[in-house]
Amino acid sequence: MTAFRHTLMGRLMADPLAVFAMAIIALLVVSALLADVIAPHDPAAMNLVDRFSPPSSTYWMGTDNLGRDTFSRLLQGGRIALYVALTAVTISGLIGLVLGMLAGFGPRWLDNALLFFFDTLRAYPTIILALALAALMPRGLSTVIIVVVITSFAEYGRVVRTQTLSLKNSEFILAERAMGASFARIVFHHILPNVLGPFFILAAMNLPVVITIEAGMSFLGIGVPPGTPSWGATLKDGFDYIRTTPWILISGGLPLILATLGFTFLGEALRDQLDPRLRKTR
Amino acid sequence: MLRYTIQRIILALAIVFFAISALYAVMVTLPGDPTTVLLGPRATAEIRADFRERAGLDNPIHVQIAHFWGRILTGDMGTDFNRNRPVAESVFSALPHTVALVFGAIFWSATLGILLGAFSADNRGSFLDRITGVLSVAFIAAPSFVVALYSLLVFAVWLRWFPTIGAGEPGDIVSRLYHLALPSFAIGLAWVGYVARIVRASMLEALGENYIRTARAFGLPRRTVIYNYALRVAILPAVQVLGVGIGGMLSSAVFAEIVFSRPGLGSLIYDSVSGRNYPVVMGAMLVAIGFFVTCALIADLINAALDPRHRSQR
Repeated sequence: MTAFRHTLMGRLMADPLAVFAMAIIALLVVSALLADVIAPHDPAAMNLVDRFSPPSSTYWMGTDNLGRDTFSRLLQGGRIALYVALTAVTISGLIGLVLGMLAGFGPRWLDNALLFFFDTLRAYPTIILALALAALMPRGLSTVIIVVVITSFAEYGRVVRTQTLSLKNSEFILAERAMGASFARIVFHHILPNVLGPFFILAAMNLPVVITIEAGMSFLGIGVPPGTPSWGATLKDGFDYIRTTPWILISGGLPLILATLGFTFLGEALRDQLDPRLRKTR
Repeated sequence: MLRYTIQRIILALAIVFFAISALYAVMVTLPGDPTTVLLGPRATAEIRADFRERAGLDNPIHVQIAHFWGRILTGDMGTDFNRNRPVAESVFSALPHTVALVFGAIFWSATLGILLGAFSADNRGSFLDRITGVLSVAFIAAPSFVVALYSLLVFAVWLRWFPTIGAGEPGDIVSRLYHLALPSFAIGLAWVGYVARIVRASMLEALGENYIRTARAFGLPRRTVIYNYALRVAILPAVQVLGVGIGGMLSSAVFAEIVFSRPGLGSLIYDSVSGRNYPVVMGAMLVAIGFFVTCALIADLINAALDPRHRSQR
């Protein structure tokens, strides 16, 4: 049994930034899960008497134009952000994993075709494609997820392909083949575990990007349906009243910044730990 | 190099062709009357009938796509029914604003990023190097539209150092730049982080090379060695990253244009989407994708010209 400090978790705990990142993520996850319990007010309840209240002991982050409690809405927004991020990253990751391994293992023409496909998808600027598709599709979380999947699975595909290609011709795979190992054994026992390291780093780095896209689309009014307490929707409310009630904008941006910082720092720390080449040079 | 250049140009053209054709195919095959989608709700019955015939909407999809490209190649991007003028006019009057914004962002990220990166590499392992490293990641992580909103609040609304809306007086370069400063900074900040990191890494690599050791051994001033010799090589990878990064910057530009109420491709698409003005959406997409692919191509070719090793890689 290895000592704790030599395990991945142990090494992460030794990195102050990683600890900071994990603390932020834990805070976000817990507050999203317990949003209903923690929220001091009903996030949808309108209270026109108290509209545009500045932050106070009753309304910690003030209220918006309809007198809804900003803090309670942000807690609910965390749920939406995490739900979209996890779903979209899982779907695009799986598609990228399958296509990337196909490209790496398949015949030359299939590899070239898939590479061209990936390059074509990367040519769409995400938010601009989101706007174009939003014009055609109903407003809602599934539209957000579809846009994210379309614009991001190519990246997973490329990383998995490169990794598969370099592994395919490595000596231990050739040895396995010479010993008559089945295709499935080579893929699932040898290639897959080795591909997963870079794959998870990319996924961790992609979570904040997806959270930002969801908030951005909701800010533009092409994300969540009207009235849904997404972080982006709160930012839009804040933007509309930027001169009179800046606290809506300020508090709307905070969870988004915390979430992206947390996931990015964690992704960085994971990469430093999981990529042995990087560990040596540090 | 010539062969590589031609290969890359063909690939870039193919990418633009397939990316736009796919989008067009999605638009016409969606349920509903495609003339509504392609012409917008304001088109009259006559225009619809005329377009249905010209675009060959009763033909199979690949014939329709061929028709579409035929019209594009003759310079006809359709009609902007909301403004009653050709789409090309709307799109190309918006494009310079977005290009200025993106290059403003590149200016910010290149100057700040290269300075920070070179400084970090020069002071490797110091406390300030650690701080710069953390800051770079924080810049990368900060969502550009939140940066745009916060900088609007702090520098334009509270401090009043910068204007809140518009792109400045036409023809007045100072006013234009003044209006450009804040939005381009908001887009560029994330790339400051990327550039700083890449410049730092490649400069550390360059500093270990023999020619740098030789230059030092010859007694050249430390500053000359670092900022003239090492930095020159270290900037190359940053060019590539910024070239590919233009796609991301175009997305950020949508927010910067809306937050700072600037004209441009982003706000044009945004307005057209809410007004269901699809011909403009399509034309603006074509130009945005074309611009991005061209920039990535140029960055790629610059790299290949400067570093021959790059040509053999994929």
